[in-house]
Amino acid sequence: MNIEQLDFYKQAILSLAAFVGLTSFLMLGQGRLLRLIFVFALQGFLLTLTAALAAYSLSNPHLYISVVLTLALKVIFIPWMLRRQVLRMNLHRDVEALNNNTLVMLGGASLMVFSYYVLHPIVQTSSAVMLNALAVSLSVVLLGMLLMISHRQAVAHVVGFMSIENGLFFSAIVATNGMPMVVELGVAFDVLVAAVLFGIFFLHIRTSIDSLDVDRLNRLHEVDDQRAEERKNPSAAVRRLSSGYEVEP
Amino acid sequence: MGDQLMNWILAVIQTVLFVALSPLLAGWLKCCKCRLQNRKSPSLFQPYKDLIKLTKKQPVVAAQASWLFTISPYIIFSATVLAATVVPLVAVDLPTSASADVIVMVGFFAFARFFLALAGLDIGTAFGGMGSSREMTISSLAEPAMLMAIFTLTMTASTTNLSVAIGHVVNDGLVLRPSFVFALFALILVAIAETGRVPVDNPATHLELTMIHEAMILEYSGRHLALIEWASQLKLMLYGVLIANIFFPWGIAESFTAPALAYGLLAITGKLALLGLLLALSETLLAKMRLFRVQEYLGFAYLLGLLGMLSHIILEAAR
Repeated sequence: MNIEQLDFYKQAILSLAAFVGLTSFLMLGQGRLLRLIFVFALQGFLLTLTAALAAYSLSNPHLYISVVLTLALKVIFIPWMLRRQVLRMNLHRDVEALNNNTLVMLGGASLMVFSYYVLHPIVQTSSAVMLNALAVSLSVVLLGMLLMISHRQAVAHVVGFMSIENGLFFSAIVATNGMPMVVELGVAFDVLVAAVLFGIFFLHIRTSIDSLDVDRLNRLHEVDDQRAEERKNPSAAVRRLSSGYEVEP
Repeated sequence: MGDQLMNWILAVIQTVLFVALSPLLAGWLKCCKCRLQNRKSPSLFQPYKDLIKLTKKQPVVAAQASWLFTISPYIIFSATVLAATVVPLVAVDLPTSASADVIVMVGFFAFARFFLALAGLDIGTAFGGMGSSREMTISSLAEPAMLMAIFTLTMTASTTNLSVAIGHVVNDGLVLRPSFVFALFALILVAIAETGRVPVDNPATHLELTMIHEAMILEYSGRHLALIEWASQLKLMLYGVLIANIFFPWGIAESFTAPALAYGLLAITGKLALLGLLLALSETLLAKMRLFRVQEYLGFAYLLGLLGMLSHIILEAAR
């Protein structure tokens, strides 16, 4: 069955699926946190559009409930909360230097090929048209993981985690016409609780290491911190040496 | 036999139209840009006047210039005209576009660019060498992205011949293809980079340290300069026609009757005018980016092309 023979709704769903994949790539290459959160909200919005179209064209009215849930949680509430925290912690001016950006992008593209390769046998055996988008949803999950690996800011990790959940929701829509309502509600509340918990967690990381840069968690010694501080600002070293209780070897 | 002759005549007329109308597109672009920036615009036919003025002037050639320097404008211009024969402007299924496919067209562009870069190096000035090296850097990144975008089209139509592929798209009617959306954006990004428009290069300034295209042709004057400028206007129009006719081919003439051809001409004029307006708008809104960020920009274009191809394979595959 070629795409020309499908009806307009199915073509639109497949196109939106492709755009959901694109937003995952955009998140991967985004160094600014506020823009990252905006793209995340955009992905959620595309997802709700896809789900709404699927609910309409496949006449699955119970999907509308998950549409409303996704819209409320992933397009409005979670991005709003993340944005508020970023603004409150004064992180919105930081631009994260993404090293190996091109390499990460190509890695993401190969993840997409990989998920296609893995799911090809499954897709071949079924006749449901929407199942074509299953590979995209798996790659959204994998790209969310790659986002968590490649970014250093804790907020970016949370966005990556939430986009993994987006991928799972998407695969549930395309593969099974939506999960059972109980599971759906459970997952939604899990995500909500996770978002709140992450907010508290941010505060803790920030009070203990004075930054949300996760790379700083590798340094265990206070000495390391002190050295790093001195590299940035040599007057601290002078102060330490002149205070006299530690002698530089 | 008579039919065959008629087709060839039409093909020649189409190429002549291409060459003749390309300064008009450049003039239209300049007009739109001036209006958007609250300036008084030059006449729509100013590029023609410029070309005539340059042709009348005596070309000045540096003493140490080799034969390569004087012959390059002719090679560049004719290679670009040959590329224009491949692209369907008003009608599909013309004999010239049947004889060569889209990869040949990219090859013609590469050929012209090679000679342009050599000519920039030939005099041995600092600006020429700098411009050539930048042009080659950008094109080495832009070409894969462009081929990716074009392969998406050719995979859908299962042919690399442009006019057959465009015919295929017309016959399918309005189909929402995710791969085409990606390919369209990739091709737009590549076209902006390859024709040296604003976010990548600024066509309006000379003697700026960041210039690319103008740096290579700084030593040219007179009819040589006229030919090179004409070739770059032609290249801009070629990219515009590619974008318009591949992704929005409706209106293109499929039979060689007078009304169909006239309608085709009208359609392509409207589409190009709209594209020119959009380009002028984007040039007004965007600032030129740093040279070192061009690779990110073209990397994004490549990614879009790749995603287009992947979504063709993943989402549109026949089962």
